[in-house]
Amino acid sequence: MPETVRNTISFLLDDEEIQLHDVDPNRTVLQWLREDRQRTGTKEGCAEGDCGACAVVIAELDADGKNLRHRAVNSCIQFLPTLDGKQLITVENLQNKDGTLHPVQQAMVDEHGSQCGFCTPGFVMSMYALFETVDKPTRVEIDDALAGNLCRCTGYRPIISATQKMYELPKPASRHTATVAALRKLRIEGTVGVEANGRRYYAPSTLKELSELVQKNPAAHLLAGGTDVGLWVTKQHQELDSIIYVGAVAELQTVTKTKSHLELGAAVTFTDAMPVLNTLYPQLDELLRRFAGPPIRNAATIGGNIANGSPIGDSMPALIALDTILVLRRGDATRELALDEFYLAYQQTALAEGEFLERIRIPLPDPALQLCTYKISKRFDQDISAVCAAFAVRLDGDTVAGIRIAYGGVAAIPSRAPKCERVLTGAKWTEKTVLAATQALEQDFSPISDMRATDEYRMQVSKNLLLKFFYATTQSDPPVSVYSYGR
Amino acid sequence: MDAETRVSTVGEALPHDSAEGHVSGAALYTDDLPEPRNLLHLAAGMSARAHARIKRIDLSAVTEAPGVVAVMTAADIPGANNYGAMAEDDPIFASDIVQYVGQPVFAVAAESVDQARRATTLARIDYEELPAILDAESAVKKNSFVLPTEKLARGNAADAIAAAKHRLSGQVALGGQDQFYLEGQIAMAIPLEADEMQVYSSTQYPGEVQQKVAHAIGTKAKDVVVECRRMGGGFGGKETQPALIACIAALMAHRTGRAAKLRLDRDTDMIMTGKRHDYSIAYNVGFDEQGVITGIDFDFASRCGMSADLSGPVNDRTMFHADNAYFLEQVNIVSHRCKTHTVSNTAFRGFGGPQGMFAIEYAMDDIARHLEKDPLDVRRANFYGIDERNETPYGQLVKDNVIHQIVDRLEDTADYRQRYQAIRDFNAKTPLQKRGIALTPVKFGISFTATHLNQAGALVHVYTDGTVRLNHGGTEMGQGLYIKVAQVVADELQIDLDRIKLTAADTSKVPNASATAASAGSDLNGKAAQAAARKIKKRLTRFACEHFSVAKGDIVYTRNQVRIGKQHLSFAELVHLAYMARVSLSATGFYKTPKIHYDRATFSGRPFFYYAYGAAVSEVIIDVLTGEHRLLRVDIVHDCGRSLNPAVDLGQIEGGFIQGYGWLTSEELWWNESGELMTHAPSTYKIPTCSDLPPDFRVEMLQSADNREKTIHRSKAVGEPPLMLSLSAFFALRDAVASVSNYRRSPDLQAPATPEAVLQAVTAQKAERAK
Repeated sequence: MPETVRNTISFLLDDEEIQLHDVDPNRTVLQWLREDRQRTGTKEGCAEGDCGACAVVIAELDADGKNLRHRAVNSCIQFLPTLDGKQLITVENLQNKDGTLHPVQQAMVDEHGSQCGFCTPGFVMSMYALFETVDKPTRVEIDDALAGNLCRCTGYRPIISATQKMYELPKPASRHTATVAALRKLRIEGTVGVEANGRRYYAPSTLKELSELVQKNPAAHLLAGGTDVGLWVTKQHQELDSIIYVGAVAELQTVTKTKSHLELGAAVTFTDAMPVLNTLYPQLDELLRRFAGPPIRNAATIGGNIANGSPIGDSMPALIALDTILVLRRGDATRELALDEFYLAYQQTALAEGEFLERIRIPLPDPALQLCTYKISKRFDQDISAVCAAFAVRLDGDTVAGIRIAYGGVAAIPSRAPKCERVLTGAKWTEKTVLAATQALEQDFSPISDMRATDEYRMQVSKNLLLKFFYATTQSDPPVSVYSYGR
Repeated sequence: MDAETRVSTVGEALPHDSAEGHVSGAALYTDDLPEPRNLLHLAAGMSARAHARIKRIDLSAVTEAPGVVAVMTAADIPGANNYGAMAEDDPIFASDIVQYVGQPVFAVAAESVDQARRATTLARIDYEELPAILDAESAVKKNSFVLPTEKLARGNAADAIAAAKHRLSGQVALGGQDQFYLEGQIAMAIPLEADEMQVYSSTQYPGEVQQKVAHAIGTKAKDVVVECRRMGGGFGGKETQPALIACIAALMAHRTGRAAKLRLDRDTDMIMTGKRHDYSIAYNVGFDEQGVITGIDFDFASRCGMSADLSGPVNDRTMFHADNAYFLEQVNIVSHRCKTHTVSNTAFRGFGGPQGMFAIEYAMDDIARHLEKDPLDVRRANFYGIDERNETPYGQLVKDNVIHQIVDRLEDTADYRQRYQAIRDFNAKTPLQKRGIALTPVKFGISFTATHLNQAGALVHVYTDGTVRLNHGGTEMGQGLYIKVAQVVADELQIDLDRIKLTAADTSKVPNASATAASAGSDLNGKAAQAAARKIKKRLTRFACEHFSVAKGDIVYTRNQVRIGKQHLSFAELVHLAYMARVSLSATGFYKTPKIHYDRATFSGRPFFYYAYGAAVSEVIIDVLTGEHRLLRVDIVHDCGRSLNPAVDLGQIEGGFIQGYGWLTSEELWWNESGELMTHAPSTYKIPTCSDLPPDFRVEMLQSADNREKTIHRSKAVGEPPLMLSLSAFFALRDAVASVSNYRRSPDLQAPATPEAVLQAVTAQKAERAK
């Protein structure tokens, strides 16, 4: 443990400064709100971040410390100590002091956006985050902003109308200047180390401190967005005795471009990574939008998605197809490892004891490389893939000079399809060879049947996606995704 | 009556009465209520086996776990170990035999929610496994039923089919659906003096919760009060299931003398409580050159789960709605109510009706493909007539038929014929993507089929300042019942809505109220509240006649005012005068639905007061390589009678459609071989999100369509019927799949039509094309 640790966390609950000692690191923001503060406006719908009923908005100072960044997160899986240095805004805070409703709320009333009302506070907070960050959103932006919130009553149409109409109502006076000042006054320097009920939580602020802590506490759980770790506590009832939070380490939040690579710090959230990735690789657009709804994307990190080691994480097939390199750190030492060598077996990675993922290096676009990614699931938004696939081919005339094919959901780890790649490498890029290559997928993978899909469908659709990629690269006017109609 | 000065909010598109509370977080749900002193938090321990004998239960580690105060099993129940709605086959805690994975076996009370839930994981239960039946088809083979097989027949279907020019048969699997109300099941019980138990329950049926709680703790109905201000969604899932939750809470409160709250987490809720029945459907149909059905035979087998619950009436309604909007002269409908070792299925919006309609629409589609006709023409050819061909298989005359009017209008406004052709042109040119379109009708019978349930009560108090407290037996689950009933009362008394306080459903105020179900909430409670308000108004009028010596005709109630001869009094002034003259200002109101009668033994009579109608056109596109699909455009014309509140009704239509669309396309319940439900949270069970909304969604209410029957202000029930409009989306998908074989083969598309189900059907179509 570092010499100087702070055993208090400080944050704003709207404009009230909160200081907490002896915080149980396993306590969620939602539990604290409902049980400790009797603020029952925020609801629990699923305790796994999949319904948005518990959505709250977190405002943080941007890198310059001048402006606020408002983001909706799921309070049900957000651990309380991660609020350190931030502002927490809940549905109870939006009304003006004179009791009049905020435009977000008024528009929901006017447009009949609530029926049973239980999802409403969560929707209101997701809409409020949008209200604070985007001026006149398009319908697609609205759909995306609300993708993490479930409503079972309305069928969504009136909520979408309300989201459009909220901008037409008089805007309340901004309190941002006061909030910026209040956030700056919070004393949040140095490493946080809190302990309660025998459980410890560290939040180092530098990479050096982080690597020391990880080496000294190899059994500690690294926590980034908590969109998976949170569920171990809320759904599996695990007790996490030692947590190291990486979200306060500035070096892990950086996005930089070298001559050859885009470099993302492991703790960069999907929300922050998406625009950069999208600019470089527009082919990733639909996949990224379908990664999850904003309350998850705002918390979840690329590093977490990779290091978690799940066979169904959606970022890996694309990153493997792009030949992404990981930078791993242990103490002062770093090493590089290709992403496709990172996964050893089901939920087992190449990370050594005391080692952690520091950066992700994604090659910059190569005009000769044709890339497509596909995600197959029961629902467009916020669903876990039955199959996720990424294809990157380099053609020399009509001959395959190189191809990288990666799948998720068809094996115990995200994986390339070596036999299929071998059939295609050096072959003519024709429907006939591609059809032959799809047969090789049967040697590459033996998918399982579960609640998301049968083994037959996983195999059949894996083959068809390769075919679909072939058509996309060879037809003059290939069909767009069915999901893009009317968007 | 002075029509010019009369102000009415009936028919106005007013916001939900709790809208401001919803958007500000101020609306209180059961878990938000201030917690009583010393509240215990509960969790239930569940069976890990589908069918087994319990050999031994060791709860010592549970009892010793941190924070645990009490543990209880079936042996600790002082009264009846049963919460079954219609039969005594639903134990609160399984004692000897467990019959589904997730069945409650014991409960834990602890100082915190976390402690209680963690403690349940420490139980050791030894089982002796017994053979488990997990699906309807296996149950039929093994003669495993919760209730006897029923038959509804008219004429001789078999002979008619044999004699028909064309014959077809088919079968299809239709999945179930979880209600997925956003607020999970919850109850809080507070023990009071002299054996009284106060229960706060998220329930559509406070009266049943009251009865079951009294039975369980060994008291009487008079000793139990159940209250529910609002639910965070119900959809039928809170009709019978809340009794289980409330019984556990009350039993623990009774045992410990402390208030006790049981809130199921999402996973437990989905594993432990019932859902929409999934069905296995087979049919044989005979028809003529025009597609007119001359004889049809249906065989329905539904998975009821381990107990009867409401499976009897649910399956009855399947039989009643297997005609949808079509005249079936020679018909034979057989309904098997299968007993399986899975959770007992229960009410869900539509209550068996959707499954019956799905079956006949599937057959309609097949007939059209067989005759190479537009399915709409076949559907039209079979519609009930107005004055002839208008008797249902159960003998009720369809006298209020507006389906022709609705479909005429929709065909026109939706530009159906032109789009039907354009889609065929598109499909001929587009190998990798296919479009499909379908227009399907809805005719849905309104009333509880159990005639005695069609009654309601209300209680209206007027205070001396002229304000009103309104109470009725109906519950608010988001459907807007409270605002509708308030609109009725405000109209009756001619006062502003803000002078009326809407109060929680409460068994101590209105006794013996039926469940808020069967779409009948505003029909029943609106009439009952109107009756109560009329009683008070009559007393006020009689008083005013005497007091001011005027004739009854000289008294006119206008907005917050009463004109008495030439004088104007405020409503409050008149009320105060009446109070001073010792006039009673409180009244109960009662209503029973007229005209209905029904003999369950013969399946004949008039079970329904009237029918609600609607129709929808859906257009979809599918990806032939993956089975992925998207809903592109939906047009709806729906009959709400003279709507009490068009905003509320529009919400029911749109919301019902999308909920049905989820049922038929993305919501897949998946059990593993051990009978464990593996889709028990939103991460694995996928209800629609906002991007599933069709980009072009046009909803219209049938104009100037007064209910023929004297319902409350001539409105029509709207809770359930719109759900079935979503059948159009399923049959549009089926149309798109059919195009893969150039419409030569009627696709075997199962529901839900997930991308996998669509691709499977597409693959079969390709094989046909290759022939």
